[in-house]
Amino acid sequence: MTGRFLTTTAVCAVLAVQPALADMLTELGAGEGQVDIVAWPGYIERGETDAAFDWVTSFEQATGCMVNVKTANTSDEMVALMNEGGFDLVTASGDASLRLIAGGRVQPINIDLIPSWATVDDRLKGAPWHTVDGVHYGTPYQWGPNVLMYNTQAFGDTPPESWNVVFEEMTLPDGASNMGRVQAYDGAIHVADAANYLMYHNPDLGITSPYELNEAQYAAALDLLRVQRTLVNRYWHDAFIQMDDFKNEGVVASGSWPFQVNILQSEGQPIASVIPVEGATGWADTTMMHVNAAHPNCSYLWMEHSLASNLQSDLSVWFGSNPSVPAACTDGRGMQTAEGCTLNGLDDFDRIKFWTTPVSACESQGECVPYYRWVSDYIGVIGGR
Amino acid sequence: MMQVARKGPWAALSDLFWRRPGVLLIVLLGPPLIWLVVIYIGSLVALLVQSFFSIDEFSGLITHEFTLKTYGELLRPSNFDIILRTTLMAASVTIASAFIAFPIAYYAARYATGRMKAFFYLGVMLPLWSSYLVKVYAWKLILAKEGILNWAIDGIGASAVLNGLLALPVIGGNSLSVSYVGTFLVFLYVWLPYMILPLQAALERVPRNLLEASDDLGAQSRQTLRYVILPLALPGLIAGSIFTFSLTLGDYIIPQIVGSSRLFIGQAVYAHQGTAGNIPLAAAFAVVPIVIMGLYLWAAKRKGAFDAL
Repeated sequence: MTGRFLTTTAVCAVLAVQPALADMLTELGAGEGQVDIVAWPGYIERGETDAAFDWVTSFEQATGCMVNVKTANTSDEMVALMNEGGFDLVTASGDASLRLIAGGRVQPINIDLIPSWATVDDRLKGAPWHTVDGVHYGTPYQWGPNVLMYNTQAFGDTPPESWNVVFEEMTLPDGASNMGRVQAYDGAIHVADAANYLMYHNPDLGITSPYELNEAQYAAALDLLRVQRTLVNRYWHDAFIQMDDFKNEGVVASGSWPFQVNILQSEGQPIASVIPVEGATGWADTTMMHVNAAHPNCSYLWMEHSLASNLQSDLSVWFGSNPSVPAACTDGRGMQTAEGCTLNGLDDFDRIKFWTTPVSACESQGECVPYYRWVSDYIGVIGGR
Repeated sequence: MMQVARKGPWAALSDLFWRRPGVLLIVLLGPPLIWLVVIYIGSLVALLVQSFFSIDEFSGLITHEFTLKTYGELLRPSNFDIILRTTLMAASVTIASAFIAFPIAYYAARYATGRMKAFFYLGVMLPLWSSYLVKVYAWKLILAKEGILNWAIDGIGASAVLNGLLALPVIGGNSLSVSYVGTFLVFLYVWLPYMILPLQAALERVPRNLLEASDDLGAQSRQTLRYVILPLALPGLIAGSIFTFSLTLGDYIIPQIVGSSRLFIGQAVYAHQGTAGNIPLAAAFAVVPIVIMGLYLWAAKRKGAFDAL
């Protein structure tokens, strides 16, 4: 046991220093003929799901790098796959990206090798979920807000302006109570939504970031969530179950993703979404490169492709997300339009608090409640404690 | 006298096995034993060891020192609720499936013949052939507020009964699909075949002449059931209950899709590993069903459930 433990420690130590040893690529060579990517479902389409959505074929033809995609459903799966190795790139969300950097599984990126880096949204270029000590560990891929989805029949002409419809009991415009007709996300990160609400309505608590909470702020957020428990029948976990609940369970308001909103609207359901006055939480994904990537040239070519081609534009239509290259909304490289980007929340960037993993050593106040406690306490809240 | 050695490595091997039967035994038993010890017991031990570690309150890192603190955390009200909830659900699913399965198994074992018997077998097995997830999602739609079951109950004018049931505290809810009653129904449906099949096998083994003897001695059919059939069918009942009980205890998909979002043990394990990184608590939760099943088997053995095996 001890021997094995020592070996593991030694291996970890070697892995930890590796990024420092491994030099960044300074010059691109010829493509290696393939690139292996770990991605969220629906993120890398080659026209097989819908012929109109294809941002892989052109890349393969231009570079000769064949794209292999392994989809992962959770950030944990992504981290596990990258730890296993054998992949070149991953589209990591804010909770996975810092873990990958801290674990030494991804390598710094030489932005000089990515000509389109300059076109990236300035607000994303140095975002803290992929830039550590001024070193870039990836290229921004897409981002999106967690919107408030609501039923237009229940709300009539007065769309909800505040998240209070899912946090406090009230009578909705259709005359009935919201009790039993709202939903919330079934993951501990939802504590951040409660903190975001309190940040606006209860400034005395002094919350500066919904992901950095001290004991008192955290307790207030949990109290708010306990009230929410009395309103919520079922927490949502799976996007398709949530859509079903809006159609068959009489649910009329919930935090959600533009993805569900777009699909329900395309089915003709009376659904709309809004980012309320308190702002919203959101996610931002980054293309990161494995520290031992076997196909570095193709990886760099893909990162360039992800910023320069129709990918940013068409993906934002497909997924209901926002391009990390703002020009993709307007320059006609794909199907996205300025109106479409506005609909997906492009203009609300400053009102979105992007997902990061809460850690105990936090910037704003030194000592914060770490994520594992969010998990156990949120379980308690859902269980009625 | 010089021994005449036969030629070829296979022959030598054959000689070796003949001269030393112990070698043959090791060669044959070795691989499955290694599998059992390393893969099966080994992973269980790794799990057990993890549960004796704890997570550091401040850094969130795992402290690799022996402690019972993590098990102490299981007794916190919010965690103990999860254990109690899961156990109660498993117990009620087991009892209900025993009551429903017995008449079906009895009919299939005693009365059904030929085509009818085949039909029974097929009817019980058929749900096992389709995807578990598809069945659970289908049940979500059936139980939904605007689903077919509500529609049918409304149609026969019994919605007052349903509303009364849903108005009950704890087990009720806004609709069947978000209440414990709904979770219970889906569990019952999904695990019922695992109760019927062993029960039917046990009932088929009850000798007919014992039933006739019971009749001859003047026992009423109720007495025959109580004192002859049930004790003889008990091993089947216990076997079935082990299936339904342990399967409900470990399931984490049904309560996620149908129910009120309150966690069951399997879901708690899932939530604590991963991003939360609280592997010790996840491991401690995973030990709970093992302990409960151990107690259950011990009690069943004390009651003599395995005597007839």
